[in-house]
Amino acid sequence: MEPLILAQGLTKRFDSFTAVDGVDFAVYPGEVLGFLGPNGAGKTTTIRMITCTSPLTAGTLQVFGLEVSRHPRQIKAQLGVAPQENNLDPDFTVLQNLTIYGRYFRLPRREIQRRAADLLDFVQLTEKAHESVGKLSGGMKRRLILARSLLNHPRLLILDEPTTGLDPQARRLIWERIRALRQSGITVVITTHYMEEAEQICDRVLIMNQGQIIAQGSPAELIRQHVGGEVLEVIPEDGDEPAILKEIQGRCLYQRLGEKFEIFASDGTAVLERLKSQVRFVSYSIRRPNLEDVFLRLTGRDLHE
Amino acid sequence: MNRGSFAASAARRLWVPHLSSRAWLVWRRDFDVFRRLFWVNFAVPMLEPILYLLALGFGLGIFVKEIYGVPYSRFIAPALVSVAIMYGAFFECSYASFVRMYYQKTFDAIIATPINLEEVVAGEILWGATRSTINATVVFFVVSLFGLTSPFLLAGILPLAFLGGFLFASLGMISTALVPAIEHFNYPFFLFVTPMFLFSGTFFPIEILPRALQTVSFALFPLAHLVRVTRALMLYRLDLDLLWSLLWMAGVALMAFLLSLYLMQRRLIK
Repeated sequence: MEPLILAQGLTKRFDSFTAVDGVDFAVYPGEVLGFLGPNGAGKTTTIRMITCTSPLTAGTLQVFGLEVSRHPRQIKAQLGVAPQENNLDPDFTVLQNLTIYGRYFRLPRREIQRRAADLLDFVQLTEKAHESVGKLSGGMKRRLILARSLLNHPRLLILDEPTTGLDPQARRLIWERIRALRQSGITVVITTHYMEEAEQICDRVLIMNQGQIIAQGSPAELIRQHVGGEVLEVIPEDGDEPAILKEIQGRCLYQRLGEKFEIFASDGTAVLERLKSQVRFVSYSIRRPNLEDVFLRLTGRDLHE
Repeated sequence: MNRGSFAASAARRLWVPHLSSRAWLVWRRDFDVFRRLFWVNFAVPMLEPILYLLALGFGLGIFVKEIYGVPYSRFIAPALVSVAIMYGAFFECSYASFVRMYYQKTFDAIIATPINLEEVVAGEILWGATRSTINATVVFFVVSLFGLTSPFLLAGILPLAFLGGFLFASLGMISTALVPAIEHFNYPFFLFVTPMFLFSGTFFPIEILPRALQTVSFALFPLAHLVRVTRALMLYRLDLDLLWSLLWMAGVALMAFLLSLYLMQRRLIK
């Protein structure tokens, strides 16, 4: 299958700072791909190069098989972009925000009206059509931006931190809409620093850190590869830390969060049984690992072996 | 150096603006906002020339006999039209464009579509020139109501207003590309626009100024040329010498336009 996006040695430098450091990746039709990473990892810079709004320093980047530096208009005509910052037009109503945006794509007036009505319905804003955008809540603004990014019926949708700053309910509504879009066959690239978001909606995840892609795969694969089957969380009684350290150091991957130990193991129960004979616990529990564990392991924060 | 970075640096050296009729889509957006606020936009520019005419033309005019053989109010009427052209475009492409660019992120939203940044900037400048033409028409209408000019001359005022407006819009856009924050517009306004407003032959004949200052005025102040041509038109004193002023304005307008495109590109495309 031909990739929709193909990046090779993609690099972006700002003076002496390297924001994106020679990354290679591909995005295939029909998938929801997530760029995951902390603030400053290079996610948004990568997105800005894909959307033809920031020139590359080095490497190549093709979208729809076209070079971004040479065919920005053709690419942007088929791209839907929902930026991180709300840049709705405060001078207009909700509906006008869509109709005026549709004009930028030179769509016929009738067609714009029809699509705008459908999209307001899709993001559940039909009742707000004639409100000024200043009166919308944060979640509604994000939904309107999502609707706006779909006006040109894009082949590829780019969502830069679509739910940052939203409450859980508003966030779930956006996720649900993204899943509906995926069902309809649209390819989606999202950036996020919420691990839960990536697990919920992405087929595949690229983990970025300091301008580089440090791992990629489906959320389940990444978890299996990098942290194994289970996470044992234990709080030992006062004075028993040396005992627990003696048991796990050199044998298991673990991290300490205050007085709590998180121990990664393929069989958490077996490790717990072994520890129980040596250590007294205030509490213990076993949970499934998540992407956050993968991320913490890969970026090496507070992890010991 | 590999091929990618070579191409990128070559593109930076050889900057060429890519313009198309899409600029008018940006113009349409600004025009739609104007229509929404029609009365605020229409009534306010109407008020200003009336106040100037009352205070200067009829107040100060009592002490001024005649200038160029016409009453003082007829002398300043073309200046009021010219000043409306200047402020209309300069304000639109400085404060108003800056708000759209910096606070509302309107430019960012538009360049995610097939429209590029040069077309956004060109659309803003075309809109600034249109604002000048609208404001000039309002002021012209007011001064002709006071019997200070003939309504038929509007046909000459319109293209003049668009040319002058395009020039001041481009200058405003250059300042928008350069100011770090909105407060810094005080520099172009107080160091350039205000002296230009006072020393361009607006309220007294430019010939009164010492020779050297006249030269400075005509070298630096587009308004001096605009007032000169507008006044010649409204007092029926056209001559071939005015072509120099028209050429000067057209040339500076073109250079300022290209410079503003380049500077905005440098500011926003990183």
